[in-house]
Amino acid sequence: MKTCLVVDDSSVIRKVARRILEGLDFQIAEAEDGEKALEACKRAMPDAVLLDWNMPVMDGYEFLGNLRRMPGGDVPKVVFCTTENDVAHIARALHAGANEYIMKPFDKDIVTAKFQEVGLI
Amino acid sequence: MTPSDYEYLRKLLKERSGLDLSADKQYLVESRLLPLARKSSLPGIPELVARMRSGAEALTAEVVEAMTTNETFFFRDKIPFDHLREAVLPALVQARAARRALRIWCAASSTGQEPYSIAMCLKEAGPLLSGWRTEIVATDLSQAVLEKSKAGIFSQFEVQRGLPIQLLVKYFTQNGELWQINAELRSMVQHRQLNLLQDFSHLGVFDIIFCRNVLIYFDQNTKANIFERLSRMMEPDGVLALGAAESVVGITNSFKPYPERRGLYRPNIAPVIRVGASTLVPQTLRAVAAAS
Repeated sequence: MKTCLVVDDSSVIRKVARRILEGLDFQIAEAEDGEKALEACKRAMPDAVLLDWNMPVMDGYEFLGNLRRMPGGDVPKVVFCTTENDVAHIARALHAGANEYIMKPFDKDIVTAKFQEVGLI
Repeated sequence: MTPSDYEYLRKLLKERSGLDLSADKQYLVESRLLPLARKSSLPGIPELVARMRSGAEALTAEVVEAMTTNETFFFRDKIPFDHLREAVLPALVQARAARRALRIWCAASSTGQEPYSIAMCLKEAGPLLSGWRTEIVATDLSQAVLEKSKAGIFSQFEVQRGLPIQLLVKYFTQNGELWQINAELRSMVQHRQLNLLQDFSHLGVFDIIFCRNVLIYFDQNTKANIFERLSRMMEPDGVLALGAAESVVGITNSFKPYPERRGLYRPNIAPVIRVGASTLVPQTLRAVAAAS
């Protein structure tokens, strides 16, 4: 079973994402900010990260940079999932090493399509 | 909806669009036509059908459109577009090296996601097609969906289903929550209204035909008839792409499977190009026939 770390400061979003991803046969771990997400990755590198941008303590963009510099940090497929829906943010995310980008609001079809696109399904 | 109303709609849709509704599709009719009834200030489907029976032609056309407009998204099913990139385009580029031109028909193109997906594949082929004349003809029964396709404007929801984010950034311009495909790609696609039940030989001969997820709604005889006419509009080495749930097996001998590429087919008979009342067989085929 593949693993996915859901990183979002909203417990509601984490719950919705968990339900969708468990339906796609992923084992889910959760983190509420980038710092806690990095700690989770140090313990066990996931196959995928569903990543919010704006979070307290450490945002998604900073987390991604740190993740990609970690040993084995190039492995997880990172899919941003954010309300930052403009081209400039998307371009920054791709440049920093994101594999895909979901613009909120999202649903199961979008998550499925994006995870298929990066070969996770 | 009374059985008589349902039978009236079934018959009308079969005649106008070829749509072959089985007896258990009342839920589909209700879900598609109730919004239209309300938009027309009618309380329900019985009143909508009564208005149609009285000869309301514009409303009848809207009913046909509502029933035949189907869900679509960018790079639907993914695999046909992988086949296009990996096998079909390289083979045709080699075969058409002298002519340096490709014609692609996207039948039942709906709101444009499929023809624009093909256009992006052609653009992404880069040097392979540099200097080539490529033509994508997008046809649909519904004028409304063709107008949307021509505009090339899609919602945030639509661009997130099947379209890789890199291609969104590369080929679309953002305007709030809407995204418009760029002018160069829009200019690669010609839009024409067309009913597949009627003669389509005027469109000419194609190298590739995408006819996906539309024939499933037709009965066997109609499918066989359309396949036979499609085969006559293809180059001998042309390629037909069908939907994931579709096949020619048991329906027609006009096509044979494309080797090792599921969902793709090649014409199985000599194509005939009809020009007006006369019939022309391509010179290359005459040569093949003479040699054999």
